[in-house]
Amino acid sequence: MTLHPKATLMDAQDLARALTRIAHEIIERNKGAASLALVGIHTRGVPMAERLADLIERFEGVRPLAGKLDITLYRDDLTEIALQPVVRRTEVPFDVSGMRIVLCDDVLYTGRTARAALDALVDMGRPGVIQYAVLVDRGHRELPIRADYVGKNVPTSRSEVVKVRLAEVDGVDGVDLLEQVDG
Amino acid sequence: MTAAAVVVPAAGSPPTKHPRHMLDLADWSAETIHALFDTTDVMAQVMTRTIKRVPALQGFTVGTLFYEDSTRTRLSFDRAARAQSADVISFAAGGSSVSKGESLKDTLKTIDAMKSDLYVVRHPAAGAPRQLARWTDAAIVNAGDGRRAHPTQALLDAYTFKTSFPGFAGFDGVRLAIVGDVAHSRVARSNVEAWTKLGAQVALCGPRTLLPDELGDRPGVTLTHRLEEAVEGAHAVMALRLQHERMACGLLPSLAEYRQRYQVTRAAMRLAHPDALVMHPGPMNRDVEIEGELADDPRSVIEAQVANGVPVRMAVLYTLLVGSR
Repeated sequence: MTLHPKATLMDAQDLARALTRIAHEIIERNKGAASLALVGIHTRGVPMAERLADLIERFEGVRPLAGKLDITLYRDDLTEIALQPVVRRTEVPFDVSGMRIVLCDDVLYTGRTARAALDALVDMGRPGVIQYAVLVDRGHRELPIRADYVGKNVPTSRSEVVKVRLAEVDGVDGVDLLEQVDG
Repeated sequence: MTAAAVVVPAAGSPPTKHPRHMLDLADWSAETIHALFDTTDVMAQVMTRTIKRVPALQGFTVGTLFYEDSTRTRLSFDRAARAQSADVISFAAGGSSVSKGESLKDTLKTIDAMKSDLYVVRHPAAGAPRQLARWTDAAIVNAGDGRRAHPTQALLDAYTFKTSFPGFAGFDGVRLAIVGDVAHSRVARSNVEAWTKLGAQVALCGPRTLLPDELGDRPGVTLTHRLEEAVEGAHAVMALRLQHERMACGLLPSLAEYRQRYQVTRAAMRLAHPDALVMHPGPMNRDVEIEGELADDPRSVIEAQVANGVPVRMAVLYTLLVGSR
């Protein structure tokens, strides 16, 4: 199976604008940055949370807390995958109890990652509020989950792949739509 | 292709290919051992939380099959399985009533009918876990077989050493001294395997009757009958439990003489590296193989060894089970 590029969904500038808008929406919805924490889901949710924290600090003069979450130990499909997933460290260096947490992830698809992330967060304490920010919502939910902040809604088919690239991980910013082709 | 495979492409280091069982560290490469240690870091983090449990192994069943007395190892595996939400079935086989060979196979057949995904096995006969692995589809973890191997103990010893030094730069140039009844010790054999594989040098030390020559043939291993020689410049000194039976069968002249020559003491530690650690796989005979005060000294990491047993075994169970179905 190979992946063929199909379309560019967002270029670097689109992505920057979307993050700026999401940062403003987070501030608006939470009435500032007090007791706000951005928690990125590995891998690309982590730089996304850092960037949102930078933006919110610039707009509000207060830097929200930031953390990293690895949800591997909470996945519900561990028996289905062929290769052993790499477990990474969770770094949430603050007490989540009572905090307003914004979970950050690159793509919202089935909702299973978000479900796992919620379980992982709740095992650390009792957050006051958990919200969910994604760069791309591509549909096809398998669980009753929705995002509070969305960079771009993209209707997709299941044979397509949404590839988000962030400079910190991939060297370049952008979102592409790819098509899976058998053979 | 599952949805998750799309959501989580391999990022960072690729998944490591590892053996299906944990029978002997000879089967595991340095790379797979380092991957286990990385997973252990994450498991150790779980054990520091208020809720010391993750759902990673939900739906898996771990059977513990102990043909030899053990409290700490069995409890440690039990905790490691339950902390990942696996179910645990325990079989404690009375040592004397179990004969080897056929009955071992029959026992396994019986318990296999209860559908475990992995068995943790301790057996007085070297090679029993490997034999069991041929008879079942489940994964096998060797929790000690005869004098041969006790791989998870060696892993937790090496992990304890690694995590005792902030900014640890690797095992190259590290010197470990193992002192005592090396001949009868599976802990010593597995530690030799693990530490030399990771790049360390191991000095084995004990009286002539308890120090087999063949272990000295391995690269990175030296043998000595003099405690001072083994300890000099060592970064870690591990004292092995001395079993009193050894005196009865004439391998040791007297306990007093053993103490005099081979007890790991504060005085002996003056020859070691200034930051050297004191280790003991337990259970320990205070003031026999190790000076009592030294066991409680700040250089002693004996309690850390016990504590690290759980996350190390969590990592082993996780690594062998996930992706196995």
